[in-house]
Amino acid sequence: MADISPAQNDAGAPVIVARGVHKHYGLIHAVDGVDMEVRSGELFGLIGHNGAGKSTMFKMMLGLIPLTAGEIRIDGAPVPGSDFRAVRRKVGYLPENVVLYDNLTGAETLDFFARLKGVSRAPNAALLERVGLTHAARRRVREYSKGMRQRLGFAQALLGTPRILFLDEPTTGLDPEAIRGFYAILRQLKSEGVTMVITSHILAEIQERVDRLAIMAAGKVQATGTVQALREQMDLPLWFDVRVAPEDFEAVRNALGSLPVGAVEAHDGHIAVQCSRDAKMAVIAALAALNGKVRDLTVREPSLEDVFFGFSD
Amino acid sequence: MEFSQVATIAGKEFWDRIRNRWVLAVALVFTVFALSIAYFGSAQQGAVGFRSIEVTIASLVSLVIYLIPLIALVLGFDAIVGERERGSLDLLLSMPITRLELLLGKYLGLAGALTFSTVAGFGLVGLVLSSQLDLNALFHYFGFMFSSVLLGCAFLSLAVMLSVFAADRTRASGLAIAMWFFFVLIFDLLVLGVLVVTAGQWGGEALPYALLFNPADVFRILNIFSMDDVRTLYGLSTVFPPALAQPWLLGLVMAAWIAGPLAIAAWRFRR
Repeated sequence: MADISPAQNDAGAPVIVARGVHKHYGLIHAVDGVDMEVRSGELFGLIGHNGAGKSTMFKMMLGLIPLTAGEIRIDGAPVPGSDFRAVRRKVGYLPENVVLYDNLTGAETLDFFARLKGVSRAPNAALLERVGLTHAARRRVREYSKGMRQRLGFAQALLGTPRILFLDEPTTGLDPEAIRGFYAILRQLKSEGVTMVITSHILAEIQERVDRLAIMAAGKVQATGTVQALREQMDLPLWFDVRVAPEDFEAVRNALGSLPVGAVEAHDGHIAVQCSRDAKMAVIAALAALNGKVRDLTVREPSLEDVFFGFSD
Repeated sequence: MEFSQVATIAGKEFWDRIRNRWVLAVALVFTVFALSIAYFGSAQQGAVGFRSIEVTIASLVSLVIYLIPLIALVLGFDAIVGERERGSLDLLLSMPITRLELLLGKYLGLAGALTFSTVAGFGLVGLVLSSQLDLNALFHYFGFMFSSVLLGCAFLSLAVMLSVFAADRTRASGLAIAMWFFFVLIFDLLVLGVLVVTAGQWGGEALPYALLFNPADVFRILNIFSMDDVRTLYGLSTVFPPALAQPWLLGLVMAAWIAGPLAIAAWRFRR
């Protein structure tokens, strides 16, 4: 497993550390020798196919299931360990498909979890406002939509101003506006120094938002690093989208055809060219030399999805 | 152990049952049945009205021995497996709470709801009858109520144990029903069967002790042994040696029936 993070020297001290973590269920190795570090104030993505071992890692980091082998430390304390109460008071957790109690109201739900967490209930109203549920505070959870339940679950995770947040598919069921609001809160939490670990199947959603991520497959971490560093490591080709006037179409296509590029796709005044990262500047120079025949140019980096499939396959 | 965590879970379980009117419904069932038995229990003999506390308690024992185990098993069978199946268990366990605290909180909250409805239901009837009861009769009636609570708590403990072991709610409910059949309907038949088939030659002396392995029988013995008027109405319980039929001793046995399954549940839940 490679950790390729140009920015790592700028990040804080490790807050979550996993060393040689294994979790076996009989012959099934759900997690198979994972080493991972999440640094203070970092928004860290954990991505993988279903069954890759993400949820099992989450549960082990939260101390919900024992490790078969290895060690996990949260803020210096071993998990599970005798100091678990202190550790859990620093941690917020939003499970995938959060299930709350239908017979409680939103406000009562936060009261209940605040009591369990041993934190003040005074900020609960502000928390409900933060997730946009003030109007529904006195309504029973059974009347909540899926998105509202998810927001209430998020408010629950924020009880006691945790220093570490585990968010498992946190935007499930949220509409686009709520997703934007959710990530705005995450940005704010990040600015306050909160360390966050997030999983999501919507890779486009997290690729611009996480500081670093780990790609898991078959119980192992295949790669860790920033999205850009992982792109560079995979050396996936770039795409140039070139828009040209109809009368210049053939000239531009012929010019591109003579360059060290991969696939060329042309249609309706658009030419899409795939090229290696090394050939990027040569292609740009060649297009610049076409004396205004190129009307517009867009360079597309490989998406996180491309990177993910590159590593996980 | 942090008792505040136990109290938080217990409080939620208790108030859930108050809010969804479970406690009210069960208390009403107990009140209606107890009043009907007290006033109309002798209607078949052509008499209506309250006759004696012994007969009333004996009739109530027959009712309670079916009803309370069933109610307790239904109340507790999904205490843990339900949380697990719904997906809320992980969130609960991610809080600063131990599995033992969660289990005890669940049990105590449910036991509180069952106790409250039992005492409210039968207590109301006791109040109605109090003008016709002397102190001794009131003492018997109080003993009946208390032992009913113990019976409920014992079966609730069994239900919570099932709830920890069962893989899903469907299996837990099936096991709960099977447990009810075994303890309430089959156990005594088995013991009697052994006695009859062997013509009392095998296990005759051990028989009274076998009854201690059924909390329903312990409850029956607790209630009828001190009442000569009704003792002869009950088969197996009448063969119980008087030396063993001390209320404090039987109370201890009931306490063991409460603590034992809970301890097994706690052991399993920690693994």
